[in-house]
Amino acid sequence: MVTDINIAGAPKKQLSINPKRFILWLFMVSIVMVFASLTSGFIVRQSEGNWLNYELPSQLLISTIILVLSSVSVQWAVSAAKKKELSKTRFGLSITLLLGTIFLISQVWVWSILVQEQVYFVGNPGGSFLYVLMGVHAFHLISGLIYLLIMLVRTFKEDKASKLQFQLGMSATYWHFLDGLWIYLYVFLIIYH
Amino acid sequence: MSTAHIELTDVMHDDHGHHDQSFISKYIFSTDHKTIAKQFLISGIFWALIGGILSLIFRLQLGFPNMDMSWLQPFLGHWINVDPTSGVGKLDTEFYLALVTMHGTIMVFFVLTAGLSGTFSNFLIPLQIGARDMASGFMNMLSYWFFFASSVIMFSSMFISTGPAAGGWVIYPPLSALPQAISGSGLGMTLWLASMALFIVSTLLGGINYIATVINLRTDGMSFSKLPLTIWAFFLTAVIGLLSFPVLLSAALLLILDRSFGTSFYLSEIYIGGEALPNLGGSPILYQHLFWFLGHPEVYIVLLPSLGITSEIISTNSRKPIFGYRAMIGSMMGIAVLSFVVWAHHMFVSGLNPFVGSIFVLLTLIIAVPSAIKAFNYITTLWKGNIVFTPAMLFSIGLVSFFIAGGITGIFLGNAALDIQLHDTYFVVAHFHLVMGSAAFFGMVAGVYHWFPKMFGRMMDRKLGYIHFWVSFIGIYSVFFPMHYIGIAGFPRRYYSFTNFDAFSSFTDLNAFISIAAGVTFLAQLLFVFNFFYSMFKGKRATANPWKSNTLEWTTPINPGHGNWPGPIPKVYRWPYDYSKPPTEEYWEKMTEEEKENWPDFIPQTVPYSETPESNLPHEQELAEKEKKEDKGIEIE
Repeated sequence: MVTDINIAGAPKKQLSINPKRFILWLFMVSIVMVFASLTSGFIVRQSEGNWLNYELPSQLLISTIILVLSSVSVQWAVSAAKKKELSKTRFGLSITLLLGTIFLISQVWVWSILVQEQVYFVGNPGGSFLYVLMGVHAFHLISGLIYLLIMLVRTFKEDKASKLQFQLGMSATYWHFLDGLWIYLYVFLIIYH
Repeated sequence: MSTAHIELTDVMHDDHGHHDQSFISKYIFSTDHKTIAKQFLISGIFWALIGGILSLIFRLQLGFPNMDMSWLQPFLGHWINVDPTSGVGKLDTEFYLALVTMHGTIMVFFVLTAGLSGTFSNFLIPLQIGARDMASGFMNMLSYWFFFASSVIMFSSMFISTGPAAGGWVIYPPLSALPQAISGSGLGMTLWLASMALFIVSTLLGGINYIATVINLRTDGMSFSKLPLTIWAFFLTAVIGLLSFPVLLSAALLLILDRSFGTSFYLSEIYIGGEALPNLGGSPILYQHLFWFLGHPEVYIVLLPSLGITSEIISTNSRKPIFGYRAMIGSMMGIAVLSFVVWAHHMFVSGLNPFVGSIFVLLTLIIAVPSAIKAFNYITTLWKGNIVFTPAMLFSIGLVSFFIAGGITGIFLGNAALDIQLHDTYFVVAHFHLVMGSAAFFGMVAGVYHWFPKMFGRMMDRKLGYIHFWVSFIGIYSVFFPMHYIGIAGFPRRYYSFTNFDAFSSFTDLNAFISIAAGVTFLAQLLFVFNFFYSMFKGKRATANPWKSNTLEWTTPINPGHGNWPGPIPKVYRWPYDYSKPPTEEYWEKMTEEEKENWPDFIPQTVPYSETPESNLPHEQELAEKEKKEDKGIEIE
């Protein structure tokens, strides 16, 4: 029925972006909602009083700097892939993976400092919330690391950097997002802890 | 036609898994949106029957509190306590709570979220926007199988010795957090949380896909102002789900930590069994905030798809354009936005600051505006229409009736002052069962009747459909209308029995009546299930466009294969509601009697304006000229 219609005009092509990239953005929206709810829960609970006050470990700043640096290195890898320099892409990704892992270790280090300061996961929600925020972020960061690791493996399989560009761009977007998310959490904790 | 048979039988076997490899990849782990939709539908029907049976059991208890239930012992086992001397069997009190909890959970999430959105968003979005499939078929498949895993866990939780979750479908802590409090808060609640976590993942995977598909895969010409209202509804539903379900995930995560890892997010200063718990500093109100931030939008996740389906069916079967197309979209957007700022009206009696409460009263009452616009538009679409009473149409009109009847009591409940009296009574039960339960359910059933020919290439039986409608319609009002009176009298919900309160003894007969009506309504649903499966194999063969509808799905072959359209995807020229479009005045005068007789009362979206000069309005005539020029390659801007 459709094919035999004599099409007299050309209906406009509808505005669209790559669905896969769009799906990634929507996925990030859902992650934003998880953290929006946790941080607003944090504020609501804090306003009710009986809240554990403590000093935010200064080591969190080190974590933050490491993660920001990893964002720079992943972006460097992306631009190297655009210039079709496969070995530089590989190097950039490896640096990012390394920095991401150091960030995770640094977060665990922060936890050990918190325990020394007698801020425990089990106890007053003031402390528990900190662990949950950092833990849920770390969980997502691990998923980002896995994504980057897959990209790194693919740099050895593909002979042309151009084939990687799209997925590499997506993984970098996700990584920047996780970085931005952490900066949000860091600023939030500085203001509200 | 042999292809039709293959597809039909395969869908039937979806829930078993012992076939050869090619079959599995094609029909079990299928990435085709139509197959996934059918998987969701059949799972949804299964869950609806389970949810219905659970409600019958607790209705027996409420309607006939002195009944000997020992005959249920073969099915319910130790949940029926038989008195050794008299031999009289009684429903276990904690199991009663489990029944109520599971009924709510199953109906809200498994039937009216997964069963409804899962079926119709999957089935209709690609077909109605002109796409080959979803943006990501793989994610779509994952969405179903996460739902399936979640279903298996929830179903198995009903058979464990400590019973399923019993803290109400809202699972408020501390009751749900402390296994010492009630046996259902033990393993049953753990399974509930595990199941819901998988369910949320499934909903997000599905919802992300729906949004990405609607935005990016529309066919040429299918602008947002030409989208059928069904798609608008599914789209907004998916947006609401994307923003609200992650919040439930957070709430569940903190509850899991409280239950299993000793934290105190929701727990504080609790004495249980004479012992003080170590938890200090938590707030159960925090849980309520997080839960209802999902919980209220969830109401619209349940309702909006049904409202969209109704718009489409009412317009098609009234043979009239939908009244106020843009107003419909606007009001759905309004509902979507408002759904996020009214959650605290579920918490008026939780110690909420009365000033904050009054803001939520105001915002809640504003929802009446878009809801009323929708109700008016349905009625004005029906007004003076050339109405075709198909079963789908009857169910859609039934939806409008429930939507109004249940919506009006929402205005009562939205007022904090009245809610203090009515909170947690049967008035609330009556309200939401009409406006969201029955209305959404009717929309779902209407959708099945309407799109069954597209799903299975056959028609459902009309007469059985009529019986199904009238018994359900009268039955549902018989069940829920009396509940308003019981609720105003102060009958609290979730109580096992009222025989100890003299004040309620005058309602004994009414409760028995409700229970009988519920039983009859349930039997009518069995008729539907029979009709559904019987028509799948033995139903009358469908024609290409049985309802003379305008939307794109009816331009596909009767049994669309992978990719939906065998040739190129059709292009879209006009909105989907060109029903009974009259000829222009000058053309009318030239027409012969025979031409007037055979004047088509619908123009599909794929027909260009240049082909219908007889009915084009002046501005459409301009469009037609434009179409012609563009065809010759002339640039117009």
